[in-house]
Amino acid sequence: MNLRRMLAVLQARNFEFLRDRSTLVFNVLLPLGLVIAFAVIFGGQQRPLFKIGVVSAAETALDAGLHPFLGTRHVDFYRVPAAELDDTIRKVERHQVDLLLDLRDAPRYWVNADSPKGYLAEKLLLESATGASRQPVSGAAVRYVDWLLPGVLGMNMMFSCLFGVGYVVVRYRKSGFLRRLSATPLTAMEFGVAQVVSRLGLCLGVSVLVYAVLALLVDFRNDGSLLLLFLTAAIGAISMIALGFMVAARITSEELANGVLNLLSWPMMLLSGVWFSLEGAPGWLRIAAEALPLTQLLNAARAIMLDGAGLADILPRLAALAAMAALFLSIAAAGFRWRAD
Amino acid sequence: MEPILEVRDLVKQYPAVRAVDGVSFTIAPGICFGLLGPNGAGKTTTVEIMEGVTPATSGQVLYRGEPLGARFRAEAGIQFQKTALQDFVTVRETLAMFRHLYPAGRDVDEVMRLCSLEALADRDNRKLSGGQMQRLLLAVALVNDPQVLFLDEPTTGLDPQARRNFWDLIRSIKAERRTILLTTHYMEEAYYLCDVIAIMDHGRIIAAGTPARLLAQHFNDVVLELPRADFPGDPQQFPLPVLASGVRVEISTADVETALRTLLERGVSLRRLQIRPRNLEDLFLELTGRELRT
Repeated sequence: MNLRRMLAVLQARNFEFLRDRSTLVFNVLLPLGLVIAFAVIFGGQQRPLFKIGVVSAAETALDAGLHPFLGTRHVDFYRVPAAELDDTIRKVERHQVDLLLDLRDAPRYWVNADSPKGYLAEKLLLESATGASRQPVSGAAVRYVDWLLPGVLGMNMMFSCLFGVGYVVVRYRKSGFLRRLSATPLTAMEFGVAQVVSRLGLCLGVSVLVYAVLALLVDFRNDGSLLLLFLTAAIGAISMIALGFMVAARITSEELANGVLNLLSWPMMLLSGVWFSLEGAPGWLRIAAEALPLTQLLNAARAIMLDGAGLADILPRLAALAAMAALFLSIAAAGFRWRAD
Repeated sequence: MEPILEVRDLVKQYPAVRAVDGVSFTIAPGICFGLLGPNGAGKTTTVEIMEGVTPATSGQVLYRGEPLGARFRAEAGIQFQKTALQDFVTVRETLAMFRHLYPAGRDVDEVMRLCSLEALADRDNRKLSGGQMQRLLLAVALVNDPQVLFLDEPTTGLDPQARRNFWDLIRSIKAERRTILLTTHYMEEAYYLCDVIAIMDHGRIIAAGTPARLLAQHFNDVVLELPRADFPGDPQQFPLPVLASGVRVEISTADVETALRTLLERGVSLRRLQIRPRNLEDLFLELTGRELRT
């Protein structure tokens, strides 16, 4: 890895990008508009359904046969593994789950008396059955905007990272610019690192700007360290840019690159918890989602912003992101194609 | 003298076609070597294998006696047939970037002066004309002060002034004892620039040597050129070898006196006659045929 060569390619790429005003403006305005729109639309609202977690002996269906309350309609009952009881109690505290019912021994339930929906859910429970023991908890609500903001910021980063670097590399290959570079001492790794760093700078710059504007316009929650959040965003962005670079390592047509990048970005958008959390989703799906860099990024960012998590708490997620970045970049450099034909 | 570049039994097999079919030659240091041939003859494939950007199916390319490696990439300057450079980047910035990719080379200002690019230094690559772009691509190829320079059809699409200008540039580089490998369609260009030429067709080299020796080997005649209008009948009926009969009729002969006598006897006016020696274009057509390639 020759730093001088990497920096030369980086600088030329930055000139190219910064002077392409229309693309640059689009890259800044799009996420800004997106986040503001969502903040306006979802700002004050809670989720529409009652969401009630149920802990039971394994493999029993969650229906009225188990407990009369589970026959109530228009309520989203989902199974909580016994090991996640404590995590789910915290969600009740934050109004993310309206009520938590433990049916393993003598029925117990947790409810946040400050939550309007928790209050109603408790009424419904007591309507259908009595005798469960009440475990009151308290805590400020996590509003949907608090939940959504890291998701939308992360999603925007994902699109910028995957498509930004992917398209450019495919275009360079098609136009013959890569072939010209291949006739110089430049290596694929040097070229790749320059692309990653260039896109990283843009992506972080835009994200910081969007975050700052939102902080002025919208009241949202951040209980953690801004510096740690920035570090997390940087490592997450590197892993997703590396993924985009890996996709673009051999592809020669923009259409195919577009297809493959969409194939990657849509599952990430749906499975990484951008819009809603995956509680209640099948276990295998949640395990699969853990393999996506966006999941790791969003879970770490939400832990910082909503729970005030510190470096030690999210270190496993940062390590996973760094490992993914190294893996993607190495695969890309090993299989990199300079020519279109 | 030890050759600077050596090609041994080069073969490039594509699924449908054998683009290069057993090509061998050597290039002595300090000369301009011209690789000529019709479209699809395998010139560009051969050159790209020699440049190290296309892998050969079999055979070997040696630079200073060794397989192509880091030393070759640092010491070779390459101008591909078609290369897009980055948009929104100026001439000077483009050259500076390429300069930084090499451990040693010429000063960017010096290269711009050499290629007459000073006035365009701050111009966006997108706004260069065809000739200006060719000069920039040559400047990019010169930025590492190469020992060997590859030029693949460098003047295709240029107007006559730009082409002449480019030739002067190449000659001044040649004067610095740099080795040049040139491919071209233009026989005039090859004659003007090349010390040694090789003519390729169907993936093979069919003739190689200095232009003068090749012409002497293949021809002992001259060409008489006359306007078609000056012939009273069909020139093809004349007892003389007619090379071409369009607006101008070309007749080949080793015995000029006899041929002129024949023409006079048949009532052809010699007022507009021109006699010229055989040139590389004749040789090219002689060796690769006159029929149009599809």
